[in-house]
Amino acid sequence: MEVLQDLAKTNILKVQNYSKLSYHSLTNLATGPRYGQDTLDQMDVIGVGSLPIVLLSGFFIGAVMVLQTGTQFERFGQASLTGDIVSLALVRELGPSITGLLVAGRCSSGIASELGSMVVTEQVDAMRAMGTDPSRKLVTPRVLATLITLPLLTTISVFVGLLGGMVASVLSLRINATTFWERAIKILEFSDIMQGFSKTVVFAFLIATVGCYQGLNVRGGTQGVGRATTQAVVVASVLIIVSDTFLTKIALYLADKFF
Amino acid sequence: MALSSSSLTTSLPTVGQPAIEFNNVRLGFDEGEILRGVTFSAQERETVILLGETGTGKTLLLKLASGLLRPDSGTIRVLGKDVSGIPESELLGIRREIGFVFQEGALFDSLTVGENVAYRLHEDGVDPEEIEPRVSEVLRFVELAHTFDLFPSDLSGGMRRRVSIARALITRPPIVLYDSPTAGLDPITSQTIISLILRLRDVYGVTALLATHRLQDGFALANFHFDPQSKKVRRDSSPESSNAAPTRFLVLRAGKIYFEGTPDELMKSRDPYLQRFLI
Repeated sequence: MEVLQDLAKTNILKVQNYSKLSYHSLTNLATGPRYGQDTLDQMDVIGVGSLPIVLLSGFFIGAVMVLQTGTQFERFGQASLTGDIVSLALVRELGPSITGLLVAGRCSSGIASELGSMVVTEQVDAMRAMGTDPSRKLVTPRVLATLITLPLLTTISVFVGLLGGMVASVLSLRINATTFWERAIKILEFSDIMQGFSKTVVFAFLIATVGCYQGLNVRGGTQGVGRATTQAVVVASVLIIVSDTFLTKIALYLADKFF
Repeated sequence: MALSSSSLTTSLPTVGQPAIEFNNVRLGFDEGEILRGVTFSAQERETVILLGETGTGKTLLLKLASGLLRPDSGTIRVLGKDVSGIPESELLGIRREIGFVFQEGALFDSLTVGENVAYRLHEDGVDPEEIEPRVSEVLRFVELAHTFDLFPSDLSGGMRRRVSIARALITRPPIVLYDSPTAGLDPITSQTIISLILRLRDVYGVTALLATHRLQDGFALANFHFDPQSKKVRRDSSPESSNAAPTRFLVLRAGKIYFEGTPDELMKSRDPYLQRFLI
């Protein structure tokens, strides 16, 4: 019983510390000092650095979507609907979640290992000893950079995914490229775009804050850094998938209510 | 803003007021209580050597003094301000009055030596034109002017410690905390570091807490002083003849202050535990 109590206390403490870190990462923006250059540097690392994997995977996800759905639609003589379904799936769901998972794998781990290494080599303590708040200098720029770049990356991913879909539908289903694009664009409503966009914002926040939390709470030297890196990817990915379900439900409800 | 010794010796603070005060400080972790009621003070310009075996809490005392850790109970006052109970935001200001030299240097490995030393100045929004000459001056003080554009990974262990001292010194804090500054270094490099600490003490008049398990470091600080006129480290013929600031030893054992006194008192002690340090 005591073991369970300790376990519960430890986990509640972790949630509390994570919530505090997340809260401060945003409230730091209201007051100075602000680290604009650090934010730009992180946008380069997170945004530009993630571009190749996002482009590559986006293109092939779009293509494979067309191949999978197109063959089903062909059975009913409705192959032209492929553009509709691929567009909706990419904008509402696959674009944000696949990009989120890719960036989580690349950046959540990167943030955790970078900050974790700084913790074990006392660089974070040195920073505090010199009168700098690590949550302002290290956490807020990473959170802000991810919040700005992930929606952009997702937009690019969706566009490239549609390109991949178009290429696949032209080559495999013999659908006219113009028809594909026309249907893909026409089917989209404002609520679809908002659904995708709101997901990317939440995912970005989760990716950055989980990476920062795991990194800043490293215990146990270099082995601890390795553990934190793995934990960051696992926790961020699971949170993305879980939150995706709830966000979809909320977005569908709101779309039904207001749009 | 030149760091010439002549311009600084005139502004030395007077000995007398406590710069750091620990009052019945306790601190524990999951593995048990490490500090069990530590009480001591360091006067302005005084150097207090924290001596003790590994794991007795020397580093913890330094981290508590700079507010990096909070005590479970007891109070800590630094320059008259209670650092044990104030919020982190207020502590950040107090920490600017304290230089901290970490055991392994704790230099930012993604920044050059020059950027590391200039870090605090950038944070304080100092005019960029003023920063470079100040950094160069401080690096000259630690005899590492040529390392300005190098990265910490390009430096030896001793050089990293000296850069760390330069970084702590850049804003001329009245208090400097040294965490085992000579640990793991060869005797010659250790001597260089100690000479630097002597110069810092006798030129800038800083109050210092120095954690070490090497008794010879403490005695070197107690028996030598830096003469700003000749710019040489000299041995004191007698404690009275020295212009150097007083040096005191604190020996930690089992989470408490086991011994507190002058180097002479430590030398004359017949206590079997202290004798083990003197062998």
